[in-house]
Amino acid sequence: MTDTAYPRQWRRPPTMIRDPRLRWALYAGALVYLVLAVGTVEVNWLRVWEGLDRGWRFVLGFLQPDFTSRWRDISQGLVESLTMTMTATVAGVIISVPIGIGAARNLAPRPIYYLCRAIIALSRSLQEIIIAILLVAMFGFGPFAGFLTLTFATIGFLSKLLAEDIEDIDEAQAEAIRATGASWGQLVNYAVQPQVMPRLIGLVLYRFDINFRESAVIGIVGAGGIGATLNTAIDRYEYDSAGAVLLIVIAIVMAAEYSSSHIRKWVQ
Amino acid sequence: MPVTQTAQGPVWHLRSPRARLMLWLGWFALVALTVWCWQIMTRDTIWLFVLDAPAQAADIGARAFPPRWSYVEKLWWPLWDTLNIATLGTMLGVIIAMPVAFMAARNTTPSAMVARPVALFIIVASRSINSLIWALLLVSILGPGLLAGIIAIALRSIGFVGKLLYEAIEETDASQIEAIESTGASRAQLLTYGYWPQIAPAFWGISVFRWDINIRESAVLGLVGAGGLGLQLQASLNVLAWPQVTMILIVILATVVFSEWVSARVRHAII
Repeated sequence: MTDTAYPRQWRRPPTMIRDPRLRWALYAGALVYLVLAVGTVEVNWLRVWEGLDRGWRFVLGFLQPDFTSRWRDISQGLVESLTMTMTATVAGVIISVPIGIGAARNLAPRPIYYLCRAIIALSRSLQEIIIAILLVAMFGFGPFAGFLTLTFATIGFLSKLLAEDIEDIDEAQAEAIRATGASWGQLVNYAVQPQVMPRLIGLVLYRFDINFRESAVIGIVGAGGIGATLNTAIDRYEYDSAGAVLLIVIAIVMAAEYSSSHIRKWVQ
Repeated sequence: MPVTQTAQGPVWHLRSPRARLMLWLGWFALVALTVWCWQIMTRDTIWLFVLDAPAQAADIGARAFPPRWSYVEKLWWPLWDTLNIATLGTMLGVIIAMPVAFMAARNTTPSAMVARPVALFIIVASRSINSLIWALLLVSILGPGLLAGIIAIALRSIGFVGKLLYEAIEETDASQIEAIESTGASRAQLLTYGYWPQIAPAFWGISVFRWDINIRESAVLGLVGAGGLGLQLQASLNVLAWPQVTMILIVILATVVFSEWVSARVRHAII
């Protein structure tokens, strides 16, 4: 028996980057960037100090929301937001299903595939709020521009995820249907649709949720909905009404999330 | 078995008559609801403006092209600001989201009765309010500037990062944690040796993903006064300088494509 020293100490190996030089270079780079970035952030501390009072009033407004005095505006904004969300989600689904099928590599011929992918890329690359600005400039103020914005944004989201789902289907089932001499339409209906339907429903519910949240934002640039009410409330420093609007938005999002998880369980 | 007997013999159906009726009623209700919503929504729509839209679009399009390329010189500084808002905001958000995620995860929460619901509420509240709304609030509280943008991005990121991270924590392998625990490790050691190595890839992946989203969002935060490219966009829109708007949109698009490329590369390297 030789008395080799049993190691009493152990250091955990680094989890991500093994090469110490690269690791330290990254740390140094991050530090330099952080110093530069923080250095260019100009903060008017006097203004912040004065604002803290207003911040506290906002917290109070959030704790004691005022639903009643602006209820007419709030309810109108809510109705606009909800109807906008509903119609935009339905219209988005109707448009995005064919585009999604067209953007699936295993179903569509090449030219259609590239065309549909281009539509998806276009819809996904622009922020909702920028689209809303452009559409408000074209269609005038109001929920119609918001409806178009949300529809446009829904197309990019749903088509992309649907196309990826279709590309991931079990090819054996499609092969089996094809072997019976099915046409392309029958292939989509009997081999693809049953495999992607549960997930598609889940995605649609999720998008409904997102659309409602977005509808609270695009009102800021004039596209109707609860966002316009919120914007007005904040501009007037009516933090108790703003708090009420925010609480309503949170409650509706929570309700939508809760019910959508139930519906998804029921569908699958 | 949903089989109906006909003169030509039994016919098989996918669903029973009752299920078919329910399905049909469900679709009918959906269509009716949509039509009803459509009518309420378009009650105040001025159709003249809608019909006029193609002409308006052509008009704006004609004014917006060609973009004013020389304007890009004035955009470098706002671009740097935008990147800073996104990066610093993501960092701040991730730092706050870490403890929230550990409080929300079922296997690490200090108390399932108090801490977990509080953490879940923080996550939902942060997730349901867009960063633009946070920015709107913070600009009216803290005054316009980068700070409001950074905090707005951070507040929105807490929910996103927190939710994905706590799901990753709940998926950790309990036997590894138990192995560390059985050596007599303290809670801090349990975190660094048990949980952290298991969630580190998810953590970096989520952070980079959120950073990518934040770049998009910080580009428009300036619309409500929180600094960055959006501020220039708002200024150009206010004076109807459409060639400048096009230039800004091109810069935003390029930034978004770049950040998506970076995030895809990093996530590819991690996973």
